[in-house]
Amino acid sequence: MSSTLAKKRARREKSTPYLFILPWMIGVLLFTAGPLLMSLVMSFFNWPVIGTPKFVGAGNYIQMVTQDQQFWDSLKITFTYTLLFVPLKIVLALFMAVIISKPLRFANVIRTIYYIPTVISSVAVSIIWGWILNTNYGIMNYGLSKLGITGPDWLNNKSSALAALILASAWSVGSLMLIFYTALKSISVEIYEAATIDGANQWTTFFRITLPLITPTLLFNIVTSVISTLQSLDLVMLLTKGGPLMSTYMYGLYVYNNAFDKSQLGYAAANAWVMFLIILLLTGLIFKSSDAWVYTQSAEKSKGKKR
Amino acid sequence: MKMSKFSKVFFYTVAIIFAIYFLFPLVWLVLTAFKAESEVMTYPITILPKSWHPENFVNAWNSQPFDQFTWNSIVVTLINCLGQMVASSLAAFGFARYDFKGKKALFTILLATMMLPWDVTVIPQYMQFNLLGWIDTLKPLTIPALFGSAYYIYFMRQYVEGIPADFHEAAKIDGANEFQVYSMIYLPIMRPALVLVMVQTMISVWNDYLGPLVFLNSRKNYTLALGLANFKGLHSEAVVPTMAISVIMAIVPITVFFFAQKQIIEGISGGVKG
Repeated sequence: MSSTLAKKRARREKSTPYLFILPWMIGVLLFTAGPLLMSLVMSFFNWPVIGTPKFVGAGNYIQMVTQDQQFWDSLKITFTYTLLFVPLKIVLALFMAVIISKPLRFANVIRTIYYIPTVISSVAVSIIWGWILNTNYGIMNYGLSKLGITGPDWLNNKSSALAALILASAWSVGSLMLIFYTALKSISVEIYEAATIDGANQWTTFFRITLPLITPTLLFNIVTSVISTLQSLDLVMLLTKGGPLMSTYMYGLYVYNNAFDKSQLGYAAANAWVMFLIILLLTGLIFKSSDAWVYTQSAEKSKGKKR
Repeated sequence: MKMSKFSKVFFYTVAIIFAIYFLFPLVWLVLTAFKAESEVMTYPITILPKSWHPENFVNAWNSQPFDQFTWNSIVVTLINCLGQMVASSLAAFGFARYDFKGKKALFTILLATMMLPWDVTVIPQYMQFNLLGWIDTLKPLTIPALFGSAYYIYFMRQYVEGIPADFHEAAKIDGANEFQVYSMIYLPIMRPALVLVMVQTMISVWNDYLGPLVFLNSRKNYTLALGLANFKGLHSEAVVPTMAISVIMAIVPITVFFFAQKQIIEGISGGVKG
């Protein structure tokens, strides 16, 4: 009697951890793993919203690469944007983090001001920046005209639309800044004091000590920024709608329209998988390169041994 | 560290230039929302409104069923907050406090799901919700949240791991079962983490545009974000009303941010360290 009770209890104790994570496990199966598998299957079908799906093998992928010029155009725009925006965003965020970590008066107020745009919806962000960059009544071009510069037709000009997007997107750089800020704060004061005694000036200190010490954070921020920038969608959709003349028709918008505008769900699923693979590949490459430039204490130790 | 006079001047100058970039658009938003329609379309531009029109907000609000949109946003946001707090804290506790078969594999899956691009899963989800008859209801925007999300689980697990295990042992000796240990001992200690999850869910769900855009069709189901975007799309010339609604919509996350600023700033650091 008592032994069966003990067994029962042992079994119950074994299952306890699973009970705690059960909701999440069900959720993953239903809303993540299931859909993920499903989208891979769909990508081999001609799959309309209404009607019967038809198996087309690798047809979607072949069509994409060989016949769909927009696929290549959108990829090119997205990569250009990522190449411009990610470095800018990283440098800006790091620079802002340096500013708010300095012993300035009102440093906390400044930190709050820098962060606030991050909590505002992309819908409002697009409305705000759309109005600031308005060609005739926008305050940006008004300000530029005061300086004797004729501002561009921001959102209606092929060459300036991407700049407009960058200007509006960089506005929510606050989270990146905070992550850098935390990393900067975690560096001990003694290291800086030692450097000052050795006569290092501010620039040398930053590039020789601070920057190497925060490379793990730098890696984290670069990876997350690349992933999110390659998927840019809502602000593009709201601010430029891919225009003018498709010049900001980014990959995310291309996939979205294929799926929900043209109702080619199978084709769009194939599009999405291509981007997924690109992201995996790029993330892998960045991580691989990180051995060469990310500072870790264990690496430093092994270097020391070699000497 | 002491700063030289030169670098002091340098940093203050740059700090102010950046502050203008981040703050001015918000100021401009509020000022524009108070202007008369005719004043907005004049040149040269006036910075302060010649006359202030607080009635802009009322007029804009009544021009569309914004009451309904706001109600929908509130429902979706609250359910998401509650769901994330309960389901994510349960899973976080499970991962942090127990060793079990397959834990490592499951945790790897958890991390992997954080990297999945949105459009890979949203297309089949659309099919799935269509089959279930959930399209054009608030269900696709609420039900998934009841199962927790990887990011919050990951973050709260870090937090739970920082809590000494002695509490657990002591409570069990006192005769508490595992669920009671979670609910009566750990949940109160996890309060800062729970607040952060609540605040972040609140802000991101309230602001979400793409989810409602994909899953909702009829206007009566729109959330505030979707309602505002739709309004802007239909009346692009109505600058003042869209600005007024934007102000109202932004007040919510900004207020939340001010109340939870400390948690947000500390939380972002805690989430990264691990």
